This record gives sequence, structure tokens and C-alpha cells, in this order.
Amino acid sequence: MKIAIASGKGGTGKTTLAVNLALRAAESTRVTLVDLDVEEPNSGIFIKGDLIREQQMFRLVPQWEKELCTRCGKCAEVCLYNAVLKLGETIMVLPQLCHSCHACSELCPVGALPMRDQPLGYLRHYRLGKLDFIESKLDIGVEMASPLIGQTLDYVRTNCPETNITFQDCPPGTSCAVINATKHADMVILVTEPTPFGLYDLSLAVDTMRHLGKSIAVVINRQGIGNEDVFRYCEAEKIPVWAVLPNRREIAELYSRGEIIYPKVEQFRQGLDAILQKLDALPRTI
Amino acid sequence: MKEIVIISGKGGTGKTSVAAALAFIVPKAVMADCDVDAADLHLILKPEIRTSEDFYSGVKAEIDPGMCIGCWECERVCRFNAISHASSIYKVNPLDCEGCGYCNQICPAQAISLPQQMVGQCFVSDTRFGCRLVHAKLGIGADNSGKLVAKVKKEAKKEALRTGMDYILVDGSPGIGCPVISSLSGADFVILVTEPTLSGLSDLQRVWQLTDQFKIPAGCLINKADLNPQITAQIKDFLDQQGIRHLDDLPYDEDFSQAITLGQSLVEIDPPKWKTRFDLIWQSIIKELS
Repeated sequence: MKIAIASGKGGTGKTTLAVNLALRAAESTRVTLVDLDVEEPNSGIFIKGDLIREQQMFRLVPQWEKELCTRCGKCAEVCLYNAVLKLGETIMVLPQLCHSCHACSELCPVGALPMRDQPLGYLRHYRLGKLDFIESKLDIGVEMASPLIGQTLDYVRTNCPETNITFQDCPPGTSCAVINATKHADMVILVTEPTPFGLYDLSLAVDTMRHLGKSIAVVINRQGIGNEDVFRYCEAEKIPVWAVLPNRREIAELYSRGEIIYPKVEQFRQGLDAILQKLDALPRTI
Repeated sequence: MKEIVIISGKGGTGKTSVAAALAFIVPKAVMADCDVDAADLHLILKPEIRTSEDFYSGVKAEIDPGMCIGCWECERVCRFNAISHASSIYKVNPLDCEGCGYCNQICPAQAISLPQQMVGQCFVSDTRFGCRLVHAKLGIGADNSGKLVAKVKKEAKKEALRTGMDYILVDGSPGIGCPVISSLSGADFVILVTEPTLSGLSDLQRVWQLTDQFKIPAGCLINKADLNPQITAQIKDFLDQQGIRHLDDLPYDEDFSQAITLGQSLVEIDPPKWKTRFDLIWQSIIKELS
């Protein structure tokens, strides 16, 4: 069962929820936690496991072989991203615009644009008791997060077959990175806070997840700030609220130091257990 | 005209609260909300839309079932697994299609078209603070958020030139990927908003590495500075080492969520407490700009 933890707004508590939920669940079953916020992954700050594998991640981009090239210009003509340009007698490849579709490379009549590995970032796999933790970190300056997100999910599929439940800590927002991080999940938990910003961004995330056909539940974090509008919204939209977590300075301080919340804050642990019960009650087909 | 971009790496550190406070204070500015997939600045500035424009960028493949001969070539070449078939009916999954057009190139029956995609809408609005706001709404499931960011920035620049404004203030998105890179291009100054948590510090370091590649000068606001004085001190050491101007320490204060709840900027809900503070922050930014 794959559970994505997402939100429209950043900083609502996705990582806090994902890490604490995964560690709590791993007290009794095999769990995988994967940090898909590859631009700014933070789950690793909270999990001190043994590093069992580290690998560099790549994607394929074309590289111009000057000697083979006949300067026919087919490559530049087929590339809709303007990542391959013909400037006079030179072919120029702009890797930051390339989506690795292979069209230029395979349609080149003389094979002058072979696809070569280009670094994307690093994947690290840690183990702590019954928990497998995988994080990927995008190299600074790499524009596209989606290929690394996709490859990280492929890695989890191949390398964590024994797991009973996978939690996916997703990037904020509603753009393509979020879609790639959630599209194969069985269920999406949206974390929000009860403020107008939290509510507005939640509504965008709900629209996006419904567009993907996902079943969703909401967790409201920092209860105590803001107002009641987010509860009214969830009721009107018939979205189940699985837990309400308190706004407490103590929680913010524990988080700031990279500590786990639930062993120290009873109300938080109760919230986690309520979520785990809901997950347990889901039909086993997913 | 100077362009100032507010980013943070980590989400939820207070970018939009800072942007809204500066919108109130900075004279002769155009505001631009470049967090196009979770834009919130309009909830405070309450814009009245003057012009609205549909923004198109990129394509997605569509197969005409009447012309398709079921040869499997399109599915074979698609690197995004966006094409599948059941019996001999071929279909494109628009969520997976990245619009490369390879299938269209290779289809022997010319059964595949590439209609332009609407990425979202871009608006130019009046606000209750008197400044103009350029903002956008990314379409549901749309790609190309970086292109929409570039569009918002372009429109903001046009608006600033047209109306003789001195500053463009850009509210950026979290992360370090394409929308952030797109919002940094052409910027004169970057305001980094961070918080003293291990996550905040780690994300600040990564977003600074990116900003530094663009050689843009930067200043930093440490929000919730009293939450963890030890990490606040670590952040200040980092700022010193990197030559980033420390702009101010803001307290861990319920006024932030209170202002958002009231739909106001910090400067409005408690002027004696916040107005002078943000005036001073703006003065230090002006000093850095000159």
C-alpha cells in the first residue's frame, strides 16, 4: 500500500507527519519511507539509520558527435523543447531544456547524437529496524525534479518488495513534480493548516488529486491558529479528516532540533495512531 | 528599475507574509506572485483583475482513432510510457505525456496531432494597497510551471515600465527547481526567508548555492528566530561566511497566522510593532541595491 503525503502549501507539516507516521508504524510492521521532495529533502534530518546503499542517479541527454554529423538539421527540427539548436555548422545541446525523449538521437540519420548519462543527484538508502528509508537529493542547478522522482520510485519498487506500507513524502505545490510523486499512490493524505493560506492551497491540491482520480484524506495541523473554515470546507467537500494535530511551541522546538515528536507529545501520538487505524481499515486490495 | 525576489528553499517560512508587508511599505512597486502552483499573495492584497490572459505553452499528443493503423510505433518510441493500447485502440495518457512530439514524427499514418496546451492564466490586477499585482493560476495537472513564472515576470516588468515604477517584488516558490530558477533569472537582489530549524538551515544552504550560481546579492530574514537560538546563531555564521547581508531577526509570533486569518498584512494588524521594523528592513535592502 502506497500512501503519498502531500499539501498545496509548503511548511504545513508533511515531513513531520511522514517521518513520525513511518517510525510509529515501523514499531510493528515493515515500512518504507521515501523522501520525494528531491529539491529540499528533509526527512533524513530526523532518521538516523544505517546507510546500506548510495548511488549517483543519471538521466540520458544527447551529446553531439561532430565528426559523424552531416549538419542536416533534423535533430533541431524534431526537438520541440528547443534543447537542440543548429547554429551555422554547429549543433548545440542545452541539457537543462532536454526531456530525454530520444527523438533527436534516434531520428538522426547518421547516429551523431548518442544519448549519454548526465548526473541528476544522489539516492541514499538507510535502514533502521523495520524501516527502510530512501531519499534522493537533486544536484543544485538541475531544473527538472520529475525524472529523479520517477527513478526513486522505481528504486523503491525493485528494492523494497517486503514492505507492507510505503509513505511518500512529497514536494509542496500542485505542479508536475507533485503529480509525478503522487500519481502511482493508492491514497493521498493532504496536510494543511487552518488558515486562509492553508485552505486555499488545500483546495488546489484537492482539485489536482481529484483530477488524478486519487482517494484523499486530510490531516489538519497546528489546530488552534486560524479559524474553522477548513473544517467546513472538508465537510462540504465530503473529505474525511483523519486527524487534527495541535499547535504547540514544544512541537516546533522538537522539530527545529530534528527530533521525533510522538514519544514526547501524547496528543500527537494519538493523532498518528488514529491515522494508522484508518489505514489499517482500508480494503487490502490496494 | 530593480527586481527583488523572495525565496526560501523550505516552504512555510513566511515568504508571502514578508511580501505582503513589503507591498504595503515599498513605494512605486509592482508585485509579482511567482508561486504559480500555490499562490497566496492575492488573499492579502485582494486584487481586482484588470486584464486576464490564457497562457499556452507546449503540446500534448492526441491520437485520431479513425486514422490509427495500430502499428505500435508510437508506444514503442515513447520514453514517458504515455501511450498504451487495449485491443487495437491506442491512447495517450495526458498526465504522462511530456509533449516531445516523437510519436507524431514517427507515426506512418499521420494519426497523431499535437494541440497546444493551456498552462494557466496570467492576471494583472489593482490592489487595495495601490500597487499592481501580476499573478497567475496554473491549470490543474499542467506542466511548464517554469514557463508560467517567466510569463508573470515578463508581464510585471512590462507593467512596471509602463507605469514608471522603481521596483518589482517577486514572491517566489519553495524548492530549488525550475520555477525557482525561472524566478531568479534577471533578479537584482534576493531576500532569503528562513527559520532556525535544521530543515530551514539545510534548505537555506541549498537555495543559496543556487542563488550564488547566478551571482545575485542576497539578504536574509530569520523568521521565528527565538524558536531555537542555537540554530539562529549557526545561520548567522553561515550568512557571515557567505557574504549574505543579515536583514533582521523576526520573532516566533502568532501575529503571522493572525494576519493571514484576517486577510491583512502584518503592518496593518499592528502598525507600531511591525511598520518601523519593515521600514528598516526595506532601508537595508535599498542600501544593498545601491
